[in-house]
Amino acid sequence: MQVKKLLKGLTVTSLLIPSLLSKSLQANEFELSGKIAVEQRQFFKSNEYEGQFKRSQASIFIEPELYWNWNDGSDSLTFKPFYRLDEHDDERSHGDIREFSYIHASDDWELRAGIRKEFWGVTEFQHLVDVINQTDSVEDIDGEDKLGQLMLNLSLVRDWGIIDLYVLPGFRERTFGDEKSRLRAPIVIDNDNIEYESSAEEQHVDLVARWSHSLGDIDFGTYWFHGTNRDPIISPSQQGEEIVLQQYYSQMDQFGLDIQMIVDDWLWKFETIYRDTKFENFWATQSGFEYSFIGVFDSAIDVGLLMEYSWDSRGEGNVNEAGANFQNDVFLGSRLAFNDMQSSEVLVGFSSDLDHNAVSFLVEANRRIGENFKASLDIRLFQSTNPIDQLYSLKNDDHAQLTIEWYY
Amino acid sequence: MKTNKSITTLLATIAFTFISASSSAVTPQEQGLAISKEAKKRDLGWVDSSADMLMLLRNKQGQESIREIKIKSLEIDNDGDKSLTIFNKPRDVKGTAFLSFSHPVGADDQWLYLPALKRVKRISSRNKSGPFMGSEYAFEDLSSFEIEKYTYKYLGEEKLNGLNSFMVEQIPVDENSGYTRRIVWLDDQEYRIQKIDFYDRKNSLLKTLTYVDYKQYLNKYWRANSMQMINHQNGKSTELKWENYAFKSGLKESDFNRNSLKRVR
Repeated sequence: MQVKKLLKGLTVTSLLIPSLLSKSLQANEFELSGKIAVEQRQFFKSNEYEGQFKRSQASIFIEPELYWNWNDGSDSLTFKPFYRLDEHDDERSHGDIREFSYIHASDDWELRAGIRKEFWGVTEFQHLVDVINQTDSVEDIDGEDKLGQLMLNLSLVRDWGIIDLYVLPGFRERTFGDEKSRLRAPIVIDNDNIEYESSAEEQHVDLVARWSHSLGDIDFGTYWFHGTNRDPIISPSQQGEEIVLQQYYSQMDQFGLDIQMIVDDWLWKFETIYRDTKFENFWATQSGFEYSFIGVFDSAIDVGLLMEYSWDSRGEGNVNEAGANFQNDVFLGSRLAFNDMQSSEVLVGFSSDLDHNAVSFLVEANRRIGENFKASLDIRLFQSTNPIDQLYSLKNDDHAQLTIEWYY
Repeated sequence: MKTNKSITTLLATIAFTFISASSSAVTPQEQGLAISKEAKKRDLGWVDSSADMLMLLRNKQGQESIREIKIKSLEIDNDGDKSLTIFNKPRDVKGTAFLSFSHPVGADDQWLYLPALKRVKRISSRNKSGPFMGSEYAFEDLSSFEIEKYTYKYLGEEKLNGLNSFMVEQIPVDENSGYTRRIVWLDDQEYRIQKIDFYDRKNSLLKTLTYVDYKQYLNKYWRANSMQMINHQNGKSTELKWENYAFKSGLKESDFNRNSLKRVR
């Protein structure tokens, strides 16, 4: 009986791979969707640094998604390539495979393999604990655009939460604009000649384990990450005649914790990390709340008030040490959801570094047009008088950005 | 089977005749509760269900907008249902999914998955009165009916759509509800909701929901193919059309967790 069962198991396993392949070809369900967009950025002032384009920057991007599923949805394959073509910036004209992954879902476990994106965290103004994917920083400076990451992820569902185990083979370097780009530092960051602490360089295999759970009105997640630091150390380097900024990626161990708690109309949020590298170890936190007014003034409009605070044990930077970008910063914001047919939304945000003079202001507004179009308007203003602050290099880069997306 | 049913109906009729005759013994509150309990009882035991929902939003000028949504639900013993709502249209929200664990008493647990950011957000369920996807349905109009959510009062009988119907006033227990009361018409044969009038916080008539074209599934569960919500105050309306109803199709608790929320289509 047992032998029979074992044989049966073996047969099933050996049949699994070819049947997977054939089944994916005659999939039960196939979907093609995606978006195509045009984007126009207009800077209010002319370029500050030599080589940058002057004021106007147009670009287009495409992000189709092909999706197959079979076995009643318990097996699926997703392919999501992305390409942007930028008028000026050759580094911003780039392609990426955002997703090319296979998922098998069973009752209490799930296996995800391939290129994927994983987001962790609860706060809005800084994503401290979000660590798996590299930032695609040529896309935008908010750090929310990510490059696809190759991974093998086993997810186990238990009564006491979800355990996610990751093996991440291969590392993606952060993207940086070229000499022509705006929203950059005075010196261009070299996208070649990148150095690593690990002798395996970008082939280093990273490991992560995360536990997340919901208990009543509290959701939390905690993880340990061992592998290549996603944040490069950037230092000046001589490349022939030119001085450039060179990227160096250290190894790190990182502990992360995120907690969100609901108390009536309040959402309390907390994120913290402890990062240990060869050069430094530090704690950082992002914490705050979101309070919602539902249906203000007898209308359908919801107003959310957001406040967050950043702290970092490295403190403010100085001439000798880089320090942290968000070490004593406060963020205030308000989110308006109109709840209309077009799902109109406006987010207004303000941030200030309490250690020195640096403030930024942002507006993000979007609404649907017809059934398949969406228009977004983003405005960002920066002000800084302290050369040590990251914003200082962007002080001339106030801009507005209009994006029209077509979804199909 | 058929004889059985008519006997039950007969008994029910006798019972109610008796109840209304001896009204001194049974208060309208008790009678309203009894009718609501009976309606809930008749709709128990479906185990799990899934259906496709098409939402047609119309404004005063007659402009239309479409929402295409799939809903999966799981009946939980001694608690509210678990449900997963998956958006397909409009295209810009495709892949967005909403997971809800409802509870008869206290706040529901709700999570929203945003596919562009791959972000699962725990959200506050206090927002009951807000519009669902810009429609004339509020979130609370689409949540599962639980006895504990209201107090009741029997208002009498009325003929509606050619059916003898009970009129029951339901007063929401939750102070976050957008309504002071709802008046529900249930036909006395099958206890199916025929119509609901919603009264806003100022106690004036806000909306009317009409259930059309009932169909019976598994010889027991009645579901309307169409539900028409009219907002009397702003002139807008939203029609819901249901398709592909399926019951007892083997959905499990594992189809209703944060992992399935991220994966579901």
